[in-house]
Amino acid sequence: MKVSVKYFASMRETMGKADDIADLNDGSTVNDLWANVATVPMVENTLIAVNMEYTNVDHVLVDGDEVAFFPPVTGG
Amino acid sequence: MKVIVKDGEFDPWKAVSDYQNENIADGKHGGSVTFIGSMRDFNDGVEGISNMYLDHYPGMTEKHIAHVINDAMEKWDVLDALVVHRVGNMRPNDAIVLVAVWSEHRAMAFDACRFIINDLKHRAPFWKREASDDGERWVEGNSIDAVADEHSDFNKH
Repeated sequence: MKVSVKYFASMRETMGKADDIADLNDGSTVNDLWANVATVPMVENTLIAVNMEYTNVDHVLVDGDEVAFFPPVTGG
Repeated sequence: MKVIVKDGEFDPWKAVSDYQNENIADGKHGGSVTFIGSMRDFNDGVEGISNMYLDHYPGMTEKHIAHVINDAMEKWDVLDALVVHRVGNMRPNDAIVLVAVWSEHRAMAFDACRFIINDLKHRAPFWKREASDDGERWVEGNSIDAVADEHSDFNKH
């Protein structure tokens, strides 16, 4: 299955790109996705959204999901 | 209810006035509370911040803010709410965010406005990058959990 990946703010600089497409095995989690796209461990305070809803590293992905990784937010 | 995420200057007072004239029925609201967040030229010990870039996650930002307003409207007897949040490049004194809430009584409007701005600061996907004579830096983020300390009535969703 294929999922699209987005990186924001400092995470974009860390990854050296704004987005990715990852090809994963069925049943893969967000953790599995990170292992596929990154060469460094995920920073502890990284926030994760799947299809624009907050979730966690154990979230099981399905084909076509949009996954975003980003640092703690600073709006307002 | 309306959410606007926009690049470029906006006048928060005009936005409140225009929204009220167009959307709030005459004689039905007893109180309105407005919060306006503006850009400072200092932050976390850094002085002389000359400009700031506000990054966001298009789509999720609007969806998240709308969700929070709906939560506030369910939790309190709020008649209507408007949120305008700026993105892109801005300078000190510029308005960054507007939260306006209309209700029958003041307490509901105060509580709902505080609830919405606290969530915006801690959960809405925006990121500030400040520039000063010392260079540029991403502002250190707010903990999602910290919002619970700021507002005991906050419910995570």
